[in-house]
Parts: sequence; C-alpha cells; structure tokens
Amino acid sequence: MKIAVCLKRVPDTTAKVVIADDGVSIDPTGVKFVPNPYDEYAIEEAIARKTAAGEGETVVVSLGTDAAQETIRSALAMGIDRGVLLQIAEHPDPAAAAALLADELATGGYDLILMGKMAVDDSQHQVGPQVAERLGMACITAVAHLKIDGGTVTAEREIEGAVEVVRCGLPAVITCDKGLNTPRLPALKGIMAAKKKPLDIKPVTAGESAFEVLSLTLPPDRPPGRIVGEGPDAVPELVRLLRTEAKAI
Amino acid sequence: MSSPAANSRFTGVDFYEADRLLSEEERAIRDTVRTWVDDNLMPIIGDCYVEGRFPKELIGGMGELGFFGANLPEAYGCAGLNNVAYGLIMQELERGDSGVRSFASVQGALVMYPIFAFGAEEQKQYWLPRLASGEEIGCFGLTEPDFGSNPAGLVTTARKGDGGWVLNGTKMWITNGSQATVAIVWAKVGEVDDPASIRGFIVPTNTPGFTAKDQKGKLSLRASDTSELHLQDVHLPVDALLPESSGIKSPLMCLTQARYGIAWGAIGAAMACYDEALRYAVNRVMFDRPIGQTQIQQVRLADMLTEITKAQLLTLQLGRLKDDHLLTPQQVSLAKRNNVNMATECAREARRLLGANGILAEYHSMRHMANLESVYTYEGTHDMHSLILGEKITGLSAF
Ligand SMILES: Cc1cc2nc3c(=O)[nH]c(=O)nc-3n(C[C@H](O)[C@H](O)[C@H](O)COP(=O)(O)OP(=O)(O)OC[C@H]3O[C@@H](n4cnc5c(N)ncnc54)[C@H](O)[C@@H]3O)c2cc1C
Repeated sequence: MKIAVCLKRVPDTTAKVVIADDGVSIDPTGVKFVPNPYDEYAIEEAIARKTAAGEGETVVVSLGTDAAQETIRSALAMGIDRGVLLQIAEHPDPAAAAALLADELATGGYDLILMGKMAVDDSQHQVGPQVAERLGMACITAVAHLKIDGGTVTAEREIEGAVEVVRCGLPAVITCDKGLNTPRLPALKGIMAAKKKPLDIKPVTAGESAFEVLSLTLPPDRPPGRIVGEGPDAVPELVRLLRTEAKAI
Repeated sequence: MSSPAANSRFTGVDFYEADRLLSEEERAIRDTVRTWVDDNLMPIIGDCYVEGRFPKELIGGMGELGFFGANLPEAYGCAGLNNVAYGLIMQELERGDSGVRSFASVQGALVMYPIFAFGAEEQKQYWLPRLASGEEIGCFGLTEPDFGSNPAGLVTTARKGDGGWVLNGTKMWITNGSQATVAIVWAKVGEVDDPASIRGFIVPTNTPGFTAKDQKGKLSLRASDTSELHLQDVHLPVDALLPESSGIKSPLMCLTQARYGIAWGAIGAAMACYDEALRYAVNRVMFDRPIGQTQIQQVRLADMLTEITKAQLLTLQLGRLKDDHLLTPQQVSLAKRNNVNMATECAREARRLLGANGILAEYHSMRHMANLESVYTYEGTHDMHSLILGEKITGLSAF
C-alpha cells in the first residue's frame, strides 16, 4: 500500500501569538513551529500500517515555506520514507492549498491519503475534503478509529454524543482526529537517519484564492478573578453573584 | 503526584538564544528527550523519590529511543551522535532527575565507553548493542571504602589463576550496583602500591562470589540505586579483561566522559528549578501582589538566569571542543565544578522562593537540591576539581 501524509508546519499551540503588522497574519519572530498535532496522528497511522504490512511506501507532502523542510524531516525521523516540499512563499487559502496538494497527490498512485482533521493555526477543516473532491476520492473526516480490509475502509468518527461508523472504498482521503493512535517520539537514530532520506523540493505558485482574510484579532484578556470573601461567610454572596451576574445557577 | 505545573510542558531556558548555536538535529534530539521526560518521568518521579525507588520500568523505553551511549558508533547499535547532542540528552534527563541521568551516565560513559575504548572487538560486538538497548544494565566499580578521591590507591586485586582471573575486593557507592547484570570492575593485577597495574574487567554479576547490597538511608539521589559490591574469589575467564586498559589513566578517561555529561546534566537541573521558581513567583500572591513583583525574588531569579546562561554557553563550547578532539580533562573539571555548584545554588534559592511548598516532593526544587549534593561529591568532588585546576594553573600539585 502506498500512503501519503499531508503535513503542515504550524506555530506551537503553547506559543504566545502576536499579530503581525499586516493585521491578517501572525508574527513568526520567536515563535516555535511544530508539526500540526493532528497531522502527527496521520504520520503515526501511516508508519504503523506500513510496519504491520511489512511492505509499501509512506510519503509526506507539505505545502509551505522553506522552513517546512525541518517539519518534514521530523516526520522522516519518526519513520516516513521520503518527503516532498511544495515550496511556496506564504500559505494560500484552503482552496488554493488543496489544489496544489491534489496536483501533487494525483500523480503518486496513492491508495490512502492521510492528514489531520484540521490545522491548529487556521482551524479551517477544509483541505482534506477539498483534496478528496479534486481527486474524485471518498473522504472520511475526523476519524478516531480506522480499519482497512483489502480495498475497504471502515472508520469510526466521534460525533456529538455518539460514534458514527462509516465505510468507503480505497483510494480514499482520511482526516485524523485525536484518539486514532499515540504518535511515537522520533528515536535518536531516526533523527540521524532523516538527514539521509530523500526530500524533493518543488517550487509551486498558488492559484486564485476562494476567500480573503480581512482581519485577525486576539481574544480579549480574561478579566482577573475576584475573591468575594473567605470561608462559609462568603457563600451567600457567591451564590448571589453566580445567580445574578454569572447566571450560572 | 503532579505539581501544579505538570500540565504545562517544559520549554527550556534560553535567554541568549543559544538554540541558534545548535543544529536542527541537535534541537530535534533535545526535544525528543524533553518530551519523553515530560510524558514518562515527570508523572512518577516524585513518588519514586519518596519511595527510594529507581524507575526500572523506563529503561526499555530509554534504550529504544537510543539514550544510552548515544555518542558511540552506530556499528555497535548506538545512535552515533556528536557530543553536543549527547550532552543535551544528559541535560534533559537531569531536568527530570539526577538519579535517572546518573543511570544513563553510568550505562553510557562508565560501562559502554570503557568497553568501546579498551575492549577487544568481540567484547564490543557482544556487549555494546545489549547495553545500548537496555537489555543489559551496567555499573562501574572504582571507588572503595578506603579510596574515594584517591582511586589510584585501590586495593581490589586480580590474580591469574584457574586459566583465567580471580578477583577479590570491595567497591563502595556503586550506582546501579544491585540491578546491574554486568559490572566494570577496576582492580590491580600487580602490587597494591602500583597504580600502573590497574586494569578493567567485565564481570557478569551472576558470577559466583559477586554480591551487591544497596546502601540504605540515602537522603540524596533516592531515585537511584547505590550499592556496595563484594567480590570474593570471583573466577573469570581470560577474556574478561579489557585488553587495552592500562593503569589509573584508564578509569580516569571514563570519568572524563561521565563528568562531561554531568556538566550538561547540571544545567538541566538548574533550568528545572528556575522554571519552577519563575512560575511560582508570578502566581503566588502575598501582601496583595505576586512575590515575583518584589525586589528580593527578582534578584533571586536574575541570579539564577545569569548563572544558567553562562553555564549554557560555557558547556556548549566544551562540547564543540570535544567534537573537535581538542578537549582537555581540566576543561571538563572546570565545567563540572562550575555547573554542579551553580545548579546546587539555583536549587537552594528556588526551594527558598517556594516557601513551605518548596519542601514538598510535589514540587521539584528540593529533590534537585538534595540530589545535587551527590553530584557535587561524585565524579570528583568539587574540591578535587579545584585542585585539578589549581595544578593546571600553577604546575604544582596539591593532592
Ligand atoms: C550517590 C553516589 C553515587 C556514586 N556512584 C559511584 C559509582 O557508580 N562508581 C564509583 O566508582 N563511585 C561512585 N561514587 C563514589 C564517589 O565517586 C566518591 O564518593 C567520591 O569520589 C568521593 O570519595 P569519598 O566519598 O570517599 O570522599 P573522600 O575522598 O573521603 O573525601 C571527603 C572530603 O575530603 C575532601 N578531600 C579529599 N581529598 C582531599 C585533598 N587532597 N585535599 C582537600 N580535600 C580533600 C573531599 O573533597 C571531600 O570533601 C558515588 C558516590 C555517591 C554519593
């Protein structure tokens, strides 16, 4: 089985985000970048499936700036066989990104295309379904459990209050959710071996975008907590505030 | 047990952007170990320490990821890293606990290194991959009850007999001693007053006559086994000898390797304490403001950050020198002496900043503080490194 994993380089979720002067992007200075955490489930799934099958190939494809080479190498360090960087100056909107990824994936002869259910930087959830659409493949999103039997995929999705089980044929695009697996840490030997694995760099240019980001603002600071008193004496006041101000009870 | 900071990942301390001096691989290796420590060691270390238990269950995982003897060649099942990457592993392990770093130091620098440096090809092929994976656990027996700072005086003997060697003697304060499957034992094959006759032996610990007993009552390095070894007529085959070992300089070469790792490790412990102190200082409100908004606590934090930053740059240069084969044992002495002392001071100041909480195992500073007293003493006491430097400076030996 030939498996592709789409991987995006994103700011660490614990990083303090500063909005850039353009007002529509974040300032990358001093920010640590990491592989998109949901994509790590895709990487793990690809490696585990290849290891279990004892044959096949795993390829990681990333659309991003030159810096994404490091992110690709972290996937190679975990055990992915080779990498492709679709090199671009800045991230396009989801439609343009999906078009570029689909162009690359169309020629690869992949049986399975895995990626995160969303990228944690822009939370669009769009790229997976759009890639599938362009490739004419089925797409199952936010998969928390995956079974592949011959040419049939059975996937479990956690939906509000229930688990949905869906089936489709291969090839397919699967977007991965938390719970699918536990991504491995790259072993030290893997990190050293990653340098020697093939990494193709293909410069690309984005087509028309489907939408435009108008502005980006940070959520307002949380107001500081208030101490209404101490011990049992404070309870009536607390209850009153919960009722009248917070409207929690 | 988990501290209030347990959910927030450790992100290091890097005031001078020393990260920019590291390669992509070096950073990736550091991050693997850092994440491993967060996920596997931090949740249990407080309990291990209180129980006086080394977390054996972590050995397999450490071996699998390649933490042991990581600067030795891939041909022997090791990771083949440079010495800076190796140092960063030690730094991150000791950010968790000095005892766990000690385990890795002993396994890599004091057991695998002498086999690599002084062993025959068959010995390397047999032992190194097994030690790298953690399938075999090693210990290093140099110190004796009457010979600590002066190991050249050791009185354990190895005599030819029975078509092999017969070892007799007692070793003290041996890390991993009771759980080791193999010991590197240093003994004299000649007169006991002749340090040139010191040779190293590979001793499987199930050899009849070999016994190990844990040192009880330790108030430091409690998540590490420290044992006394007895060798009574331990019969070994001829090929138990490390053929290239010769004289006291051989174990001292091992100590240089281990001390190098300790210099890095101490920075990890110091960073852990600084990180804990900083989080506490900004959150703990007393007299209506965070204690971090008082001048006294700011001086504490500023001193810690300054010393950590100095040690980081010093030690990184030490690592680059080692990779360029330019390192001297005296340079290692300077770093071990400076960094361990620095870390001990940071731990003590952090513990004090934490007030009463600072004495709990739930927090980390007091554990580090107590641990670092062992690190201050082993691998050449702070004093001995002063004397080594003194000799280097003046050309006059005071010991
Ligand atoms: C937790 C722990 C783990 C250890 N693990 C190992 C191990 O795995 N393998 C191993 O072989 N050893 C190990 N050691 C032993 C360690 O290396 C020795 O304890 C150390 O070398 C000091 O020896 P000592 O304790 O006999 O102290 P001593 O040598 O008796 O020193 C006592 C004091 O006198 C000072 N002193 C000594 N000589 C001089 C001098 N000439 N001038 C001025 N001051 C001097 C010292 O600095 C110290 O303050 C371990 C020790 C500890 C505590």
